[in-house]
Amino acid sequence: MHSRTTFRTHRTRRAARAAAAVAAGALAFTLTACSGSDDDGTGGGDSSGSPTTNTVALPKLNGAHLEIAAVWTGTEQKNFKQVLAEFEKRTGAKVTFVPAQDPIINFLGSKIAGGQPPDVALLPQPGAIKQAVDKGWAKPLGPEAQAELAKNYSQGWQDIGKVDGKPYGVYYKAANKSLIWYNAKVFENAGVSEPTTWKDLLNTAQTVYDSGVTPFSVGGADGWTLTDWFENIYLSQAGPEKYDQLAQHKIKWTDPSVKQALTTLAEIFSKKDYIAGGPDGALQTEFPASVTQTFSGGDQPKAGMVFEGDFAQVNIGETKAKVGTDAKVFPFPAVGDSAPVVSGGDSAVILKDSKAAQALVTFLASPDAATIQAKLGGYLSPNKNVPESAYPNEVQRKIAKALIASGDDFRFDMSDQAPQAFGGTPGKGEWKDLQDFLKNPKDVAGTQAKLEKDAAAAYGNGS
Amino acid sequence: MTSATAPGVAEAPAAPRAPRSRRTVTGTRRWVAALFLLPALVLLGALVVYPIGYSIVRSFYDNSGDHFAGFDNYTALFTDDGIRTALKNNIIWVVFAPTVATALGLIFAVLTERVRWGTAFKLVVFMPMAISMLAAGIIFRLVYDQDPDKGVANAVWVGVHDTFAQSSAFPKAHPGRNSPLKPEDGGFVTTSPVHTGQSVALPLVGVAPEQMPDDAKKAVQAPAEPGKITGTTWQDFTRGKGVGKLGAVDSAELGYPGMRIEAVKDGKVVATAKAAADGTFTLPAKADGAVLRLPASNFEEPYNGVDWLGPALVTPAIVGAYVWMWAGFAMVLIAAGLASVPRELLEAARVDGCNEWQVFRRITVPVLAPVLAVVVVTLMINVLKIFDLVFIIAPGSSQDDANVLALELYRKGFSEGRPGVASAIAVFLLVLVIPVMLFNMRRLRREVRR
Repeated sequence: MHSRTTFRTHRTRRAARAAAAVAAGALAFTLTACSGSDDDGTGGGDSSGSPTTNTVALPKLNGAHLEIAAVWTGTEQKNFKQVLAEFEKRTGAKVTFVPAQDPIINFLGSKIAGGQPPDVALLPQPGAIKQAVDKGWAKPLGPEAQAELAKNYSQGWQDIGKVDGKPYGVYYKAANKSLIWYNAKVFENAGVSEPTTWKDLLNTAQTVYDSGVTPFSVGGADGWTLTDWFENIYLSQAGPEKYDQLAQHKIKWTDPSVKQALTTLAEIFSKKDYIAGGPDGALQTEFPASVTQTFSGGDQPKAGMVFEGDFAQVNIGETKAKVGTDAKVFPFPAVGDSAPVVSGGDSAVILKDSKAAQALVTFLASPDAATIQAKLGGYLSPNKNVPESAYPNEVQRKIAKALIASGDDFRFDMSDQAPQAFGGTPGKGEWKDLQDFLKNPKDVAGTQAKLEKDAAAAYGNGS
Repeated sequence: MTSATAPGVAEAPAAPRAPRSRRTVTGTRRWVAALFLLPALVLLGALVVYPIGYSIVRSFYDNSGDHFAGFDNYTALFTDDGIRTALKNNIIWVVFAPTVATALGLIFAVLTERVRWGTAFKLVVFMPMAISMLAAGIIFRLVYDQDPDKGVANAVWVGVHDTFAQSSAFPKAHPGRNSPLKPEDGGFVTTSPVHTGQSVALPLVGVAPEQMPDDAKKAVQAPAEPGKITGTTWQDFTRGKGVGKLGAVDSAELGYPGMRIEAVKDGKVVATAKAAADGTFTLPAKADGAVLRLPASNFEEPYNGVDWLGPALVTPAIVGAYVWMWAGFAMVLIAAGLASVPRELLEAARVDGCNEWQVFRRITVPVLAPVLAVVVVTLMINVLKIFDLVFIIAPGSSQDDANVLALELYRKGFSEGRPGVASAIAVFLLVLVIPVMLFNMRRLRREVRR
């Protein structure tokens, strides 16, 4: 029942925590990971944050008091509080930030049982919104918020905030999980440029390998990095319709399209020299380490490229590499006709209906709010009316552009949509099956059979 | 009461017993006793009895908690692969962890009795007990790290290994595009035979400039010599410039000094050569018509140590971490027991001509047996509920292989959202602990009576 908890989309935080936990014994600097994304913005993040635009009309709410819950910590929380401060300034209401724990749906459950739900909560998955609606916690958006939503969001982002056709969620924050980060020096040494197709990527990898650097770093100890690999390939190769069907388990994992995607993935996974430490080493590398080992070691990093979402910046910040100059990024190359955009995001949902709560969500749906936080760095908005110039650096702009340009063709992380037992448990389900696949990439059929067996069990559970 | 001889007499003492029933042996009133016991009873009830009771009830309901599910959860418990691995690992834990910790504790205790700085030594061995399981887990996650630069265990292992076996100079070298070489048995051979008077090119790629031997010089194309086979083996790749002219020596490219080249005819090595600093080599005329082979010994990967946290070794590795923590505990208890062993017994045995091993085997251990039993049983209870070390040390990819019941309980209950099955595991764990607990209580009672 309590499946689809939040833990995956919040992998930044989780990953940072894991990094701190593993390294704390020896390395004090990792602690910066806990304090959040200080180095996110790579300069330019110190703008005052006072927006010049005022595109949304808000009511006067003097005396109103609101609570908003989210799992954000550190810099992310601090930046978000500046957005709330702007809301307070415009309306006169008072807003308190309630720090929540993962999984937030359980956290809210206890708050609601205790009779004190926050007015608004930021939920990380479509599944969580649905759960909140099913339990009768979430309240639909009012006309003002809906108007703002229609004005600023593409249909795709509006739709994933809906449950049974009724709008409930405003996606305030997005993650772009279709990025490959690379060590600029490695590419320069190898004399290669950013690839745009899968074939290019393989050629690039070969040349990087020829230059004496292992091409890829894979954080295989965390199963979700592997599911993201698969999802990007599958979305680009099989197309959005099949992706949706597979996400809902309407087609089986034994489908030929899955076979094709796994075979494609094996073009990288089956070459043990393409993966830092070989498959065995990769399986013991956690996500934070997979990023840091790509961006440390001068001319001889452990790997040249690492695939993951925009949140990898947090981990790059732990190294000496500068995002934008030493650490660069290119969109996941097109395997099929077009490049995939797999995303994640946090959506604001009203739990206690009031004029003030509606106004706050309306504000969060406006470009005004998103622009404030975009300027502070480490943040990505699905709001298409946020000016590109709001992002503090070239890398952020590039990531944001790729996300917005995908229009309605982006897809939400598949394993986040799956029941937790299948898509979100270490050592279980999809995570484990793809880890086994990394170890033995020749066994495509066997992997498919295992995936199907686990999926059938998990989806059958009624979650 | 003494046996009554007449019915009338029997009733007589019954009368004064009535008021006494509200007092205990010490004369306290029952309600006073109850009053004083009440806080403890309430706490015990709320924090121990109620949760146990509720877990048992919960284990018979389905995951939503609304419908009675009979023994479904218990069926799931014994048919689920994950739980079966957990059970198997729990058995390994219960058998090995307490015995190894106790054995080590015994050895430490007996030995520290005989050294001058015994107390200091004991202090050091006991110190890990002062660390939380979580911290110990993090420490050992680092100790067992695969990378010899981080993990102490592999650093030692690799250090020992490399003293005996040298690694090669060009571990990552491999043929580039359209290469005249093809892989064979970990080495590379030319696709066609070579002939005298020919200058052979053996280009490879993939050795980073930092890893090139220091004496490597700019490669030169060896001039052809009549009656001999000459050639060059070099890195056909320049940093920042790529391959240049494919398969031909460019000005900035380096030779592979020390690369071994074998000429193979009909499966037999007929001649060998070693490349010079500029990558050139010369083979005699008898190699005519042979294929050239760069044997695998040139390309051996550096030894990467043991895969401590891989599927095979992860449980023993974590047991090791546990023993590190708890051997000190065993040692302290056993040392206390040892202090009460009568010296005369040991002296007498020695006078009778026993050697130290016999004294240890025949006197010390039997006398200490009750203490040893207590230590083993306490550790067993402790080990049955092991969770934190496994949760922290095992990387996600081998968590399944390192699984134990308590961890499975957590995963089922809190990340998979199957509280019914999780409750069933909890009840099962309770059932496992009960016999050990009873044994310990019986011991304790007997001890007190003595």
